[in-house]
Amino acid sequence: MNIPMEYGLLLAVILFCIGLAGLLIRRNIIFMLLCIEIMLNAAGVAFVVAGAAWGQAEGQVMFIFILAMAAAEVSVGLALIIQLFKQTGSLDVTNANKMKG
Amino acid sequence: MEILFYIAGVLAILSTVMVIAVRNAVHALLYLIVSLLSISVIFFILGAPFIAALEVIVYAGAIMVLFVFVIMMLYVDSSNSNEKNIFIKPKTWIGPSIIALILMAEMLYMLLGEGYHPMPHQIISPAAVGKLMFTKYALVVDLAGFLLTAGIVGAYHLGQKERKILHRYLTDKNENL
Repeated sequence: MNIPMEYGLLLAVILFCIGLAGLLIRRNIIFMLLCIEIMLNAAGVAFVVAGAAWGQAEGQVMFIFILAMAAAEVSVGLALIIQLFKQTGSLDVTNANKMKG
Repeated sequence: MEILFYIAGVLAILSTVMVIAVRNAVHALLYLIVSLLSISVIFFILGAPFIAALEVIVYAGAIMVLFVFVIMMLYVDSSNSNEKNIFIKPKTWIGPSIIALILMAEMLYMLLGEGYHPMPHQIISPAAVGKLMFTKYALVVDLAGFLLTAGIVGAYHLGQKERKILHRYLTDKNENL
C-alpha cells in the first residue's frame, strides 16, 4: 500500500482538465453544467487526497462543504436552464445572446 | 489494493472523457455516474469511507437525479441542434483542447517535478470528521446552511410560472400602448 500522493493529485488534475475542455467545447447548457460538476468533483478529489496524505480529517470536511455548494449550485443552475428553455426554446447557449437585455 | 486504485483511476478518466464526447444527454449522465462510482472506490481505498458513501449517496444519488428530472422535463431532439457535427470539424474542439492540455501540462510539471511521497494507509473514521466539522468548522456549517437556503429560495423563484404583470408601473404603460 504505497500509492504516491502525486498519483492521486494527478487524477484530480486530469479530471479537472477534462471538465474544462468539455466546458469550452460543448454548447449544450446541460453538458456545460455537467462539466462544472466534473470540475467541482475533481477539486474534491484533490482535497481528499491531500487530507489522506497528511492523515488529517480536514480534507474530508472540505469535501463535504464542496458537496453542499455543488448541490446549491446545481439547483439554481437547473432552474436557470428551465428559464432559458422557456425563453429561447432550445438548450443551445448561442441562442442566449438574443435576449436583448 | 494498490492495483484497484489504478484500475478505478483509469476507469474514471475514460468515463469522464465519454461524458464530454457523447451527444445524448442521458448517456452522458450514465457515464458520469460510472465516473463518480469509480472515484468513490478511490476514496474508499484512500481511507475515507464516509466520503465514499457520500459520493454515492449525494452525487450519484441526489444531484444526478435532479439532472434526470430536468432532462425528462425538457428533452429536445438533439438532431436539430447546431451540435450535430461538432466533433467532425476539428476547428470546434481543437482550440479548447489545446488550452486545457497546456493547463494540464503546467500542473503536471509542478506536480511531478519533485519526488514521490507515499501516503500512509490510515482510515479516517466518520467520527473524526464529524467531530472536527462541528467544533472547529461549526461556523462554516452554518454558512453552508445559509447557502443551501439561498439555493432553495432562488430555485423556487426562478422555477415558478411566469406572471403577466412584471411590474406595477409597467402594466399601465403596456395597457396604454
